[in-house]
Amino acid sequence: MRVISSNKIRDIVSNLCIQANLVLRKDVLRQLKAAYAKEKNKMAKDILTAVIKNAFIAKKQKLAICQDTGLVCVFVELGQNVGINGDLKEAINQGVELGYRKYSLRNSIVDDPLLRTGSRYHIAIIHIDMVKGNKLKLTVLPKGFGCENKTQLKMFKPTAAASEIKKFIIETVRAAGADACPPYIIGVGIGGTAHYACLLAKKALLRKLSVNRSTLYAKLESDLLKAINNLNIGPMGLGGKTTCLAVNILTHPTHIAGLPVAVNISCHALRSASATL
Amino acid sequence: MRKINTPLERIGNLKIGDRVLLNGVIYTARDQAHKRLFEAIKKGKKPPIGLKDQIIYYCGPTKTPKGKIIGSCGPTTSSRMDEFTPLLLKAGLKGMIGKGNRSKEVIKAIKKYKAIYFLTYAGCGALLSQYVKKAKPVTYKDLGPEAIYRLEVKDFPLIVGIDTKGRSIY
Repeated sequence: MRVISSNKIRDIVSNLCIQANLVLRKDVLRQLKAAYAKEKNKMAKDILTAVIKNAFIAKKQKLAICQDTGLVCVFVELGQNVGINGDLKEAINQGVELGYRKYSLRNSIVDDPLLRTGSRYHIAIIHIDMVKGNKLKLTVLPKGFGCENKTQLKMFKPTAAASEIKKFIIETVRAAGADACPPYIIGVGIGGTAHYACLLAKKALLRKLSVNRSTLYAKLESDLLKAINNLNIGPMGLGGKTTCLAVNILTHPTHIAGLPVAVNISCHALRSASATL
Repeated sequence: MRKINTPLERIGNLKIGDRVLLNGVIYTARDQAHKRLFEAIKKGKKPPIGLKDQIIYYCGPTKTPKGKIIGSCGPTTSSRMDEFTPLLLKAGLKGMIGKGNRSKEVIKAIKKYKAIYFLTYAGCGALLSQYVKKAKPVTYKDLGPEAIYRLEVKDFPLIVGIDTKGRSIY
């Protein structure tokens, strides 16, 4: 049994929060630059220039990429041969608070969803997966709510055609329109149960913005990307070909009676960071 | 690029899609501050900030890092403020800065009161902080990031989203 101290976990989570909020993911920046090169609409090009410049200023001046520093989601892959010396969840929440305080990141959390009052600094949404081995992987995803508000779940019939699913995903993006800070990254979860499809859609945002390994889903992703970029929403919703930087799909076996599909949209400021201990 | 100053005057000839640079004072207010302003006005009370000819920026900045004027301070989604906006316009508010489209009611009220709605770079809070020269919370301080801040801005970049004639860029 390998033992990892909760203090170490706290410090790593703190650093991951800082890194995620201040330094834009390389793959996202790369896609933004590629989109800028391809874009022909002048307004869209200007906005993409501002978005890229924003990432540079954030990194250089140690400022949050976006003032909405999100609700922090933390994904833990805990090797079953790892023992934690201390309280894992408490260490994660302490790490979030430490990182957020250190760099003056916004506390956007209210304690009670109806009363809207009371605010502890940061209460993370924590998902823990037990995996084989003796390693611990921590991934931090601060999720902004302008885009989180546009999430949709639909329970399709098992006989639904792929075209119906495509239509649902495209309509979800159309409904988000200018509101959720396009160009978007679209996370899609297909299969499992209702709640699991939502989790997959969120986790899909963690995948590098590159091609899916499965040919079937790689084709679905590229078809969707093309269709979404033809919606002419564009950066800030002011037109152009750059509505979406990538569509990432994750799938899971599901029930013979159903076909859950969840769509979780990310704004262009898709922020996450990982570390393996 | 055309420069405009606060309090807003002579904005009648600004058209949708026009790019302008704003100089002067703006006030941040988002969801909870809107709810409070709305309720104050509805009850016939005087709101804690004068709204006449002023601009509200839909923004909840991060805390101010040490040695900086303000933290990251980009726009939040405007449509969440739609239900409160017509009454604020009636009370004298002249301009709004945010991101995304507005409701039919808001567009109608903008036309009626000859007000204006601007967009600014969405998701670019670090960049936009560079145009803020002074910042301090002035009211509803208990709301933390949702408090109303008074910002002095220099050449703050805007795009006209809905003009005084009620034309929308979307």
